[in-house]
Order: sequence, then C-alpha cells, then structure tokens
Amino acid sequence: MNFLAVIGRVVIATLAEIGKLSRFTWAAVSHVLRPPFFLRMTLQQMMQIGYFSLPVVALTAFFTGGVLALQIHYGSNEFNSEALVATVVALGITRELGPVMGALMVAGRVSAAIAAELGTMRVTEQIDALTTLSTNPYKYLVVPRIAAAVITLPILVFIADIVGIMGGYMVSTASLDFNAGVYLKNTINYIHDNGISSGLIKAAVFGFIIALMGCFHGFNSKGGAQGVGRATTNAVVSASILILAANYVMTSLLFAK
Amino acid sequence: MANKPDPDAKIELRGVHKRFGPKVVLDGIDLTVPRGESLVVIGGSGTGKSVMIKSVLGIVKPEKGEIFVDGRNVLEMDQSAREDTLRKFGMLFQGAALFDSLPVWENVAFGLIQGRRMKRKEAKEIAIDKLSKVGLGADVGELYPAELSGGMQKRVGLARAIAADPEIIFFDEPTTGLDPIMADVINELIVDSVKELGATTLSITHDMASARKIADKVAMIHKGKIIWAGSVEEVDNSGNDYVDQFIHGRAEGPIQMEVLKP
Ligand SMILES: Nc1ncnc2c1ncn2[C@@H]1O[C@H](COP(=O)(O)OP(=O)(O)OP(=O)(O)O)[C@@H](O)[C@H]1O
Ligand SMILES: [Mg+2]
Repeated sequence: MNFLAVIGRVVIATLAEIGKLSRFTWAAVSHVLRPPFFLRMTLQQMMQIGYFSLPVVALTAFFTGGVLALQIHYGSNEFNSEALVATVVALGITRELGPVMGALMVAGRVSAAIAAELGTMRVTEQIDALTTLSTNPYKYLVVPRIAAAVITLPILVFIADIVGIMGGYMVSTASLDFNAGVYLKNTINYIHDNGISSGLIKAAVFGFIIALMGCFHGFNSKGGAQGVGRATTNAVVSASILILAANYVMTSLLFAK
Repeated sequence: MANKPDPDAKIELRGVHKRFGPKVVLDGIDLTVPRGESLVVIGGSGTGKSVMIKSVLGIVKPEKGEIFVDGRNVLEMDQSAREDTLRKFGMLFQGAALFDSLPVWENVAFGLIQGRRMKRKEAKEIAIDKLSKVGLGADVGELYPAELSGGMQKRVGLARAIAADPEIIFFDEPTTGLDPIMADVINELIVDSVKELGATTLSITHDMASARKIADKVAMIHKGKIIWAGSVEEVDNSGNDYVDQFIHGRAEGPIQMEVLKP
C-alpha cells in the first residue's frame, strides 16, 4: 500500500513538473515574436553566453579531436589508419562531439549562471518588481537569454568544429607522423561531401535547452540561498540530460535514411 | 450577483481569500481605498499585509474574491489589460527589491526607460531629480545597490516607486530602517505625492508616528481580515481592543503573539 502511494506521489509530482515546464516554455516562446524586444539585453547575454564560453568550448574541442585521432589510430591496429583518421575525426567532431561536448560545457557554465541569477532575483522580489515597472519578466529576462543562446551556440559549435579538427590534425601530424597535405585533403573531402549543418542545427536546439532550463529553474526557485543553490544544480542536471536525449532523437531523425 | 463597484473607490477589495498550502493568509479581506486619499494598513507581523498588496498587483493570485481598480476587476482581466492597469501603479517593496545588476540611477529610471521607452538621457535626469527628493545626491546614482546601506536602499526603492508619477502608490513599510529624521522626510514626501500628484496611496506600516502623519484613513488587519477601519482621527478612540493594543504597543491584550515563553 505504502509503496504504491510513494509511486503515485512521484508520478503526480513528475506530471506537475512537466505541466509547469510546458506552460513556462509556451509563455517564453510566445513572447519571442511579440514586441517590445530588449536588444541591449540580448547583446549583453550573447557576450555572457557566447563570447565568454569560447575558451572552455575551444579547449574541450581541441582535446576531444586529439584523443579521437589517437583512439582511431590505435583502434584500427595502426594499420592503414592514415586514410581513416582524418575522415572519422571530421565526422565525429562535426556530427556529434562538437555539438554535444560543447553544449554540455556551456550547460555547466551558462545554465548554472542563469539559474543562480534569476533565482536570486526571484527570492529577493526583483522579478516581482519588474512587473510593477511595466516590464514583462519573460520579455526582459527569459527571451534575451533564449535568443542569445540559440544564436551563439551554433557559432560556438562552428568554432569547436574547426578547433577539434585542428586537434586531430596536430596529433596526427606531430605524434603519428601522418602527411599533413593528405590529412587536410581527406578532411576537406569529408566536409565537402557531408557538410556540417546537422551539427549546427543540433547546437541551436541545445542552446534553447540550456537557456530554458536555466530560466525555468531560476524563475521557480524559492526559499533563499538554499533554494537558489538547488535551482542551480537542477538546471545543470536537467539541461545535460535533455541535451543528451535530444541529441539521440535528432540523430535518429536527421540521419535516418 | 455581487453589487457594482463603489464609484468613489480607486481600489476596492471584496472577500479576497489567499492560502499557501494549508496556511490561510487572507481570509476574506474587504477594503476600500477612496480616490486621492491615503490609506494606512496596520497590523502585526505575518498577518498578510504584504500578501494583500501583492494580490492587488497580481504578483499573488487569490483563490476567491474581487479586486477592483478604477471599477474594473483585475482578477478577470487578460494579460494586456492587466499590464495597462499596472502602469498606474508604483510600488515600494518591503525589502526594496532593487535590481542589483544595474546602477542606482538606472534602477530609478527603469520604469521610464523599459516600461515607457523614454530616452536614457532624459530618464537619467528625472531619476537624479527623484533621488534628490529622497535625500540622495547624484553621486549615489552611479553606485550599485550592494554598495548602499539598508536605509539608502529603501530610499532608492521609494524614488523608483514615484519615478513615473503613478496614480496609485503602494508603500510597504516605507520608514522601517530609517532614522527618525529621515523617516519624517519620507513621510512628508508621501504626503506631498498625494497632494501634488493627486495620487492614491496604500501604505503598510508598524510605525504609528508615520501612520498618523500620512494617513487619511486607517485600517487594521488581523488574522487575514480587516477588523477595523476608520479615519485617522478615530484611531485613538476606536473602541476596538485590538486597535488599542496595537497603537499603544502593549504585550497584554486580545492579540496574542505566538512566542514560546521559557
Ligand atoms: N510565497 C509564499 N509562500 C508561502 N507562504 C507565504 C508566501 N508569502 C507569504 N507567506 C506567508 O503569509 C503570511 C503573511 O505574510 P506577509 O508577508 O503578508 O506578512 P506581513 O503582514 O507583511 O508581515 P510583516 O509585517 O512582517 O512584513 C506569512 O505567514 C508568510 O509565511
Ligand atoms: Mg510585509
């Protein structure tokens, strides 16, 4: 009996949370297209979310590209790996690792920062104060963050693609003694044939998830410093899980033959 | 069917109920704020005063009751009508609620710049003028809220509340945390806002000196109900034991503070 009650409570709590999230998402999205727009805030957020995430995303991509090159080389028994490494690094980085690793790193940085900032604003009544100053908090706080993340994540991932491929290139030429010209030619051939747009589309979706989770948990935080702390953790965890789940769904849709 | 809203009332609350979980906070509030007058609500800590004014602003959603502003029920309005109504209001929060990412002057000018799309330069001049009204210089305008004392934050909150010359101003404990002289300056300011702007004000206070100075009418809230309302002259002989106990600040009386004595 008791066991069933626990299951029931968990199911109800989960459904309530999903309902709340859907309403929040709808409110946020419905304000994206309706003026007034807060351009100044959006540019500021693009700096915060995009520009300041560059170092961590670039470093992640560089090492991922490098390690990918090594593993493919060892994994193919070091036999004839020269033809394989460039192509697989380019494929792995542009399709999966660039967007996913990049987004996970940004989620850790940005979802947390957004949740902490909006959470503090919530518990100190700053969000209520916005309403009394004829400013819709969704338009002023949520929309600029979502717009900034959706715009900057593809740019970040584009840079991550370049740096990741460079990582693979440098490991291959410096420590595996591959021919630089052949490596570059294989990479260019792969990108010419396949493009990198699937990764960039994914990046935009991940950007949406990152900002949405930060805003949602920040907006709904309550109960002082502890509540803000909880909101921050929840934002990062839920953003990361949703990114991985959405990546699976998108891969199966984008690459289904 | 309920009666028509009172035409002389700027704000009218009828049977407003609000609970948080099992805890009943507002238990049928009936309150009228006449147009162009200053009403002060007194009452013990935790009796629901802040929740009551937040209900009028739509920050808190009551389960039951009606709230009329200029004869229109705000609880039945759609989003855009509600936003239009909110333009009439200025609000000083109990905890000031300043935006800590913005300098002081931009806090004061916020409603003008974002809400009314005024040019920043023009808005800054108004902000500095309003700051001087609450005894703060232009140099304070360049600081951030975290660099101010509690009393200064309160005054900035006050300047922000009156910046857009609203028709209705809510003051949640305007003089708490101020020294007696500054408290009196703020009282004067509230009186002037009502006189000069013709604003309607609803203030919450524990400070009876302040209440006597700014109030036309006084109402007392206790356990989620308005238990007494009258003009400020009547407060001293209200014939209500609760009001007597409160204005004289006595521990003995019908209001029992929930404290555990050792
Ligand atoms: N968001 C909320 N969630 C849960 N309970 C709340 C919330 N806001 C207020 N309360 C409860 O409602 C009651 C009334 O709160 P309110 O802030 O209106 O008191 P108050 O009369 O303004 O007191 P004070 O004079 O100390 O400011 C309190 O018991 C408080 O615990
Ligand atoms: Mg209060």
